Amino acid sequence: MSDAYTRQLNDDLLRPLLQTSWRFYLLVAVLGSIVATGLGTWAWQMWNGFGVTGINNPIFWAFYITNFVFWIGISHAGTLISAILRLVNAGWRRPVTRCAEVITAFALMIGALFPIIHLGRPWLFFWLMPYPSERLIWPNFRSPLVWDFFAITTYLTGSVLFLVLPMIPDFALVRDKTTGWRHRVYGALALGWTGTPKQWHRLESAMSIMAIAIIPVAVSVHTIVSFDFSMAPVPMWHSTMFGPYFVAGAIFSGIAGLIIAMAALRKFLHLEAYLHPLHFQNLGKLLLLMSLLWAYFVFAERLTIWYGNEPSEIAVMNVTQRGSFAPLYWTMVVCNFVIPFTILSIRKLRTITGCVIASFGVLIGMWLERFLIVVPSLGHKYLPYSWGVYRPRPVEIMITISTFAAMTLLYVLFSKLVPIISIWEMKAGQHPAHASSEAVAHDAVLGETRA
Amino acid sequence: MPKKWGLAVDLDRCTGCGACVTACHAENNIPTVGPAQAARGRAMHWLRVERYWEGDFPDVRLKFRPVMCQQCDAAPCEPVCPTYASHHTDEGLNAQVYNRCIGTRYCANACPYNVRFFDFFHPRWPKPLHLQLNPDVSIREVGVMEKCTFCIQRITAAQIDAKANKREVADGEIKPACVQGCAAKAMVFGDLNDPESEVSRLARQSRGTKLLEDLGTLPNVSYLERQSHA
Repeated sequence: MSDAYTRQLNDDLLRPLLQTSWRFYLLVAVLGSIVATGLGTWAWQMWNGFGVTGINNPIFWAFYITNFVFWIGISHAGTLISAILRLVNAGWRRPVTRCAEVITAFALMIGALFPIIHLGRPWLFFWLMPYPSERLIWPNFRSPLVWDFFAITTYLTGSVLFLVLPMIPDFALVRDKTTGWRHRVYGALALGWTGTPKQWHRLESAMSIMAIAIIPVAVSVHTIVSFDFSMAPVPMWHSTMFGPYFVAGAIFSGIAGLIIAMAALRKFLHLEAYLHPLHFQNLGKLLLLMSLLWAYFVFAERLTIWYGNEPSEIAVMNVTQRGSFAPLYWTMVVCNFVIPFTILSIRKLRTITGCVIASFGVLIGMWLERFLIVVPSLGHKYLPYSWGVYRPRPVEIMITISTFAAMTLLYVLFSKLVPIISIWEMKAGQHPAHASSEAVAHDAVLGETRA
Repeated sequence: MPKKWGLAVDLDRCTGCGACVTACHAENNIPTVGPAQAARGRAMHWLRVERYWEGDFPDVRLKFRPVMCQQCDAAPCEPVCPTYASHHTDEGLNAQVYNRCIGTRYCANACPYNVRFFDFFHPRWPKPLHLQLNPDVSIREVGVMEKCTFCIQRITAAQIDAKANKREVADGEIKPACVQGCAAKAMVFGDLNDPESEVSRLARQSRGTKLLEDLGTLPNVSYLERQSHA
């Protein structure tokens, strides 16, 4: 391994940790104030009562549950993709894995807040947990909401471990390269890592176990989220295909989130030498695949319902595709299928900009998809006398906006405190044959499979 | 033999006057939300009179259907509640424990009849209605679900009285507020486990149907379908 390349890696990837410009503080201040406004809005909602939202009878779930499903979906980018790429030993994953895994951890934290925000009495959320209560009452284990609690806590614990394990050698590197308070803080985080063969061996085994274990957990999480809907006898919710449909949609929106995060990192942290157009091309192909899979699911769902001609389901389908929800529905189809399919299936358009445009389309489309699953069904249940309409109120819109700011803020802070690209994995990925630092810049390195 | 409470509603007798709705509000301390909130879909009526027009002009026919909690034997609202706030009693009622409810509103989504209601704000009554609250029924605070109880306070009172006097509760002795308030005597309440009770005899009639029966919720409210063409 060349010393020059190692030095360049250290310089490039540790720079954001050691140098901070005024622009960083400005960004944090702006994002922080949006997040603070969001939290204040939530407090205001609790103080005044849930009636300040647009929720009504019969549409008891709307924006908050949409956001819940959306953010849990975004969390499927990171850990799942990273774990699969690790297992198949794809060499090009090395600069991608950490910035993907971080998305999972933060998106889960935000997503897990929504079931609490949407509670009528959020201060009692801990009644969902099985804890030794003096009244000897357990949560109802038959309720999908309790399954949610277990699924999300398992996935969050697993993905935080999966994220933190490969950070240990990098913490040790930062510890060795710094002095003062940084030396002490990163020294503590490095957990006494010295880089002995035994330590490396243990790290590798732990990562292999985690990569295998986290995949079924990730699949189960969004399946259980889909069960919140499919377990209830509500038209177009009560569906056997919701599990795989939701998992596919989650991975779809997750990849889109990852592409946008990577493009932002590349631009603002000047990581052009590490995040290559090839990475975006590969992820773009994956996004194209998921777009086709999503379209297939929607086709299968809609065709069977139309053919089955069951009155209550047809009512929901008509109001979605032809009635008051039609503008949202067709925007969703354009954003989730037409735009990504056109851009990503043409090689010339599959550039970084192209991938980012397609990804923004997918994020909008997938948010709409979740909204269109939750709201039209609730507004058009069996008895037409009790049908209803929903309009969001400023409270819900503000809280929704603030979660996007929260995600960005957490991501910005993380990239300031931890090398966003795994330095040791980049070093391990450098093929011994590439002795000179010039060769590193070549895409050839990205194509190799294993150090 | 345990009781299994049921209700029979004769749609031929129902005039759609809404007295049952008013009686229910008065008996069960149901808040009145005002016109602005009602327009936003926050009206709370544990019992509502659905009005449907049938047929094409000029052969139209008006049909009323009072819809309250159907107290299903296989109630979709019960298993989905994460805290057991929504649960089944020994006497076949779908009970709601207000103090245990954390307001996920999942039960209301799962209910095919839309007969569960959420307290969007702290309950309020325009003066002087705040002076007529029923002391036998608790007030529900903001953020919980509430619903028709078959006037469980009246059922319990009758049972306590019967036990104190060492007798059985007689058929027709218990009258929920809606049954008592119905001028047309369209509703009958009683024990479905007693084959001789009036409600059992009515439910067995060929006119007896269940609302959305094909969903398999096994409701304990029977509707006697209309035969007259008035």
